[in-house]
Amino acid sequence: MKMVDRTEARQYDYFIQPPGFIARHAGDFSKGLTALAVLIIAGMLFIILSNIFYNGVGTISVDFLTRPPENGMEGGGIFPAIFGTVALVILMVIAVVPIGVLTAIYLQEYTSPNSKVTRLIRIAIANLAGVPSIVFGLFGLGFFIGFIGSSMDSIFFDSARPVWGQPAIIWAALTLALLTLPVVIISTEEALRTIPVELKEASYSLGATKLQTIVRVILPQALPGILTGGILAVSRGAGEVAPIMFTGAAYYLPYLPSKLNDQFMELGYHIYVMATQSPDVEATKPILYGTVLVLLILTFMLNITAILIRSKMRRARSYG
Amino acid sequence: MQSYDFKPKSKVGEFIGEKVISISAMSALVVILLIFVFIFKESIPIFTDPEIQEEASVGKMVFKQEYYEGREAKWSWQPNSDVPKYSLLPLFLGTLKAALVAMLFAVPLGVGAAIYTSEFASRRMREIIKPVIELLAGIPSVVLGFFALIVLATSVQNLLGLTFRLNALTAGIALGLAVVPIIFTVSEDALSTVPLSLRDAASALGANPWQVSLSMALPAALPGIAAGIVLGFGRAIGETMIVLMASGNAAVISGSITDSIRTFSATIAAELAEVVFGSAHYNVLFFIGSLLFVFTFLVNLGGDVILSRLKTRLQGRLE
Repeated sequence: MKMVDRTEARQYDYFIQPPGFIARHAGDFSKGLTALAVLIIAGMLFIILSNIFYNGVGTISVDFLTRPPENGMEGGGIFPAIFGTVALVILMVIAVVPIGVLTAIYLQEYTSPNSKVTRLIRIAIANLAGVPSIVFGLFGLGFFIGFIGSSMDSIFFDSARPVWGQPAIIWAALTLALLTLPVVIISTEEALRTIPVELKEASYSLGATKLQTIVRVILPQALPGILTGGILAVSRGAGEVAPIMFTGAAYYLPYLPSKLNDQFMELGYHIYVMATQSPDVEATKPILYGTVLVLLILTFMLNITAILIRSKMRRARSYG
Repeated sequence: MQSYDFKPKSKVGEFIGEKVISISAMSALVVILLIFVFIFKESIPIFTDPEIQEEASVGKMVFKQEYYEGREAKWSWQPNSDVPKYSLLPLFLGTLKAALVAMLFAVPLGVGAAIYTSEFASRRMREIIKPVIELLAGIPSVVLGFFALIVLATSVQNLLGLTFRLNALTAGIALGLAVVPIIFTVSEDALSTVPLSLRDAASALGANPWQVSLSMALPAALPGIAAGIVLGFGRAIGETMIVLMASGNAAVISGSITDSIRTFSATIAAELAEVVFGSAHYNVLFFIGSLLFVFTFLVNLGGDVILSRLKTRLQGRLE
């Protein structure tokens, strides 16, 4: 060792036996510090969830879930908001799943991954996923209500009052569909990518066309992935408030939405309104917490289902 | 039992099927373009309509204005006063303050947790941490906003003895919680794409496990971590419900993070519902939307470019 050049020796020593207390313990130190980050995140999550559960669980009852609000939101239940949320996400899924799945099929089955069109579409998807939700709200107002809805009114109706050119559940659902489109595309693509080539080859060798192969072989195989995408989209859509504020959600309605151009109440928007605009926040607090808990349980159950389907799918593939 | 027919296949069906699929595939592209067109369309009058410019031109939104004769010129956002004031500076400051607090909070947590998960955690630990972060990512932002407004604001105020209950600090912390999952996911992904061969090479040269992690893997994955931070920042700038509920929504110019703030996104959310269609105020709100759209578009494009370059480099295909 003594014969070796000084700088070289120092480097060599450094890797074998770090000199000094700090260097010797840098490993433990960094492990501890990064573990602390995990603990802080988990701790905050725990605080939020337990606070909401503790304060909300007492409110939840059959009455709470099945009755409309009373006394200016200080009593009664949240049934119209639950109904509105469910109706909204059903309409959204009807719009987003077919388009998302077809896009994923096109990207995986019809084009080469390096073509210009594919790359352009991928850039568009990535950017769509990053557009702030409030911008979707602006767009929904400007495009669906201001452009499509108003045009429909001027073509089909000549009444002074707007029929379609106004906030409505269909416009809110379509706005959310655009917001959740990347979720469905990405999840379906992941499923398509894991389908073995042999299956497709077998189908082609039996004389099936490309379309037949897609409809009868590929789509059934990709079903869990499509399902996951749809569930994740619902979970995301059910929690978004900014895009529906101007496109259809209402503070309070005495009736349930029954037509596509009705307004609706929604859980997230209900929370926002109760938390910020209630004259007496203390009095509405139990109902507020109850509503938050219902929304959280709804989105978590959806997310957990999606995670379970996905991990089951991955395991099935890796052993298959 | 399913029957298979070997009839000569219909060329027409095949053709229509392919067209339907390829047209649907353009949807994402078309939507992005439509968003661009429709958001910008509504902000064009600011640049062309002299009547609108009278109230809100680009100059009036950027520079100090003398709103009342003889009084000091200042930046002010008061669109509903007798003399409507549309200075964007207070909103810009508010947005930046909230996002910076969020990043100060979220970067150490997100990157730290990513390093732990990818480098130090056992396989079982990893399978616990990842769903926990997914759970956090699954909390709707209105719920985070609610928590910040009802619980966090009171605790922060009591802890620090603050004058304003709702302020940039409270909103920033809640915003940070929304950003942590993005930073974590992207950073963790970048760290785990560092090839095993590189790690083995470092070990063979005598590096012990933590040296492999900190001196080799971390620098190699650094661009990916940077991309995660950039994407997180984009989200922090655009996030609406949290800041709308927890920031106090006062458009003041101050350097303190314990003052109330009003952000771009919250301004749109709070004011668009009451605005007159086609008024200067309406156009200004869409102009703010355009700014948010362009900013997040650039941020996402930048993040994507960094990530795809990193992947090509780490997988050994040098340009």
